[in-house]
Amino acid sequence: MIRIENLRKSYRRGDQDVPVLDGLNLRVARGDFLALMGPSGSGKSTLLNLIAGIDRPTAGLIEMDGVDIGKLSDSELAQWRAQHVGFIFQFYNLIPVLTAFENVELPLQLTSLDRAERKERVVKALTAVGLADRMSHTPNELSGGQQQRVAIARALITDPSLIVADEPTGDLDRQSAEDILAMLQRLNREMGKTIIMVTHDPKAADAARAVIHLEKGQLGRIVEQAVGDIPC
Amino acid sequence: MLIAKLLFLNIWRNRTRSLLTLVGLVVSVLAFGLLSTVVKAWYAGAEAASQARLITRSSVSLIFPLPLSYGERIRGVDGVRAMTISRWFGGVYKDTRNFFPQFAVDPPSYFAIYPEYLLAQADRDRFYRDRRSAVVGRRLADQYGFRVGDMMTLKGQIFPGQWEFLIAGIYEGKDEKTDTGKMYFHWAYLNEEVKRRNLSREAESVGVFITLVDSPERAADVSLSIDGLFANSAKETLTETEQAFQLGFVAMTEAIVLAIRAVSFVVILIIMAVMANTMSMTARERTCEYATLKALGFSPGFVGRLIMGEALLVALVGGIVGIAITFPVASAFHAATGTLFKSFVVSPSITLMQLSAVLITGVVAGLWPAIKSSRIRIVEGLRAL
Repeated sequence: MIRIENLRKSYRRGDQDVPVLDGLNLRVARGDFLALMGPSGSGKSTLLNLIAGIDRPTAGLIEMDGVDIGKLSDSELAQWRAQHVGFIFQFYNLIPVLTAFENVELPLQLTSLDRAERKERVVKALTAVGLADRMSHTPNELSGGQQQRVAIARALITDPSLIVADEPTGDLDRQSAEDILAMLQRLNREMGKTIIMVTHDPKAADAARAVIHLEKGQLGRIVEQAVGDIPC
Repeated sequence: MLIAKLLFLNIWRNRTRSLLTLVGLVVSVLAFGLLSTVVKAWYAGAEAASQARLITRSSVSLIFPLPLSYGERIRGVDGVRAMTISRWFGGVYKDTRNFFPQFAVDPPSYFAIYPEYLLAQADRDRFYRDRRSAVVGRRLADQYGFRVGDMMTLKGQIFPGQWEFLIAGIYEGKDEKTDTGKMYFHWAYLNEEVKRRNLSREAESVGVFITLVDSPERAADVSLSIDGLFANSAKETLTETEQAFQLGFVAMTEAIVLAIRAVSFVVILIIMAVMANTMSMTARERTCEYATLKALGFSPGFVGRLIMGEALLVALVGGIVGIAITFPVASAFHAATGTLFKSFVVSPSITLMQLSAVLITGVVAGLWPAIKSSRIRIVEGLRAL
């Protein structure tokens, strides 16, 4: 599904180029659930951003389902993200003035679905994450775990093939974190979503099928895991 | 629909800031409208003046009267259809603060030349019949509570002594531009009293001659002909159109008008800067949200339009409220300033200028934050939490 070859990314800092990813190669199969781990500055978030198409590589190839996303224009890339990628952020990134329903509906504004179809999908997504009774609540009326579930519903609403999650449990208590991880596992197993998750938390990484360690912009160990169910 | 809702809800996220911005906008638009109306009112007399009426006065200064006998010669000039006289009285009603213009005129010929002053036939008959009577304009009557049949006394400043008048009628204006803040009485009464009281003022004299010409196109020729009649005499004349005559008064206060006009635009510039600052702060606080929207697939243009839409919406709400309250405030201002302004009307052109000013304010305030936010790199924006 995803083919990454000789991927390089560096940032300008003053007069110097600071390399973050240095000739990285990786393949991700459809239906994978990868956890990216590594120390701060190892390039895991940068890699996630590049795969999600919200950043541009300095050099190398990122191909998803045969599309070289590095060659897409900004507007094509935006359209590609809207169709193929669902985002889950550490701090949920919900729009505070909109209700849970409206936050989830937001990505559907970019589709040609009519109002009734949008409503049907939003209700289904919020029901799937267990928030059918919280649709009219704004983010500040929800707990952290509930807000992250709204974010998951938003990530799912356009039925993307890839879900990227940047520290999705980083701001949650243990119980909420376990709920979220169990939900991600279900998305992966039951809905076949490909998930790439950045995390510092080894327990969160346990939910993934494989853990990829990054060190100084290079791939380190890749650990295949037998994944047990996280109770939710 | 959801996007429109987001636009509207965003305005109220920081209520104090939004309310203060709106109050600033309302006050600025109101001040702009009011000051523009003051400027317009300053020129109202000239605007309402006719191009077909000529004013003949002393070429030295308006304060020097002209002999009444000039009138017959003026009347004989080719192109003059009608002629009348007027003399400034300059009296005080009860208190020096109660200033309003009073003119001694020849009523029948004067009101024939000024058809915009509408006087009921009964009032007209009463006025023409009684030499000690006067008529006042509707605004003046309302301001001082004058009623037909009342006696009023003026204390003469140019013509010393107490001058008593019977109010014979109240004239209305043909339209809102017509000045209804003046008082007219009989020149014959003034002339008689000047002689009887032995005042140190010239009798058989007038302040100005007012002539109605056949057509406005002949105004220049007729003016030259009139002035030619009295060239090289002891009292030479200066004839000009009524509009030029009125503009001559405005020119005396041109610097003040210019200052008022400048202040009205400065007010808009200030609110523009204040609102631009507000929008910049607002956009900076929402950087992460805009980056999130872009990550979800919304275009940079969408983010820009969201900010620009919010700036325009705030400007429009403030502007519309400001425009709406300009009308009652202008009325109150007019009432408070008495007869200072002949006409004080918030014209459609001023409302249009107010609306344009708020739209420009909205565009200017929203433009830079909109461009900046639409260009923000998603990864940098997401870090700005």
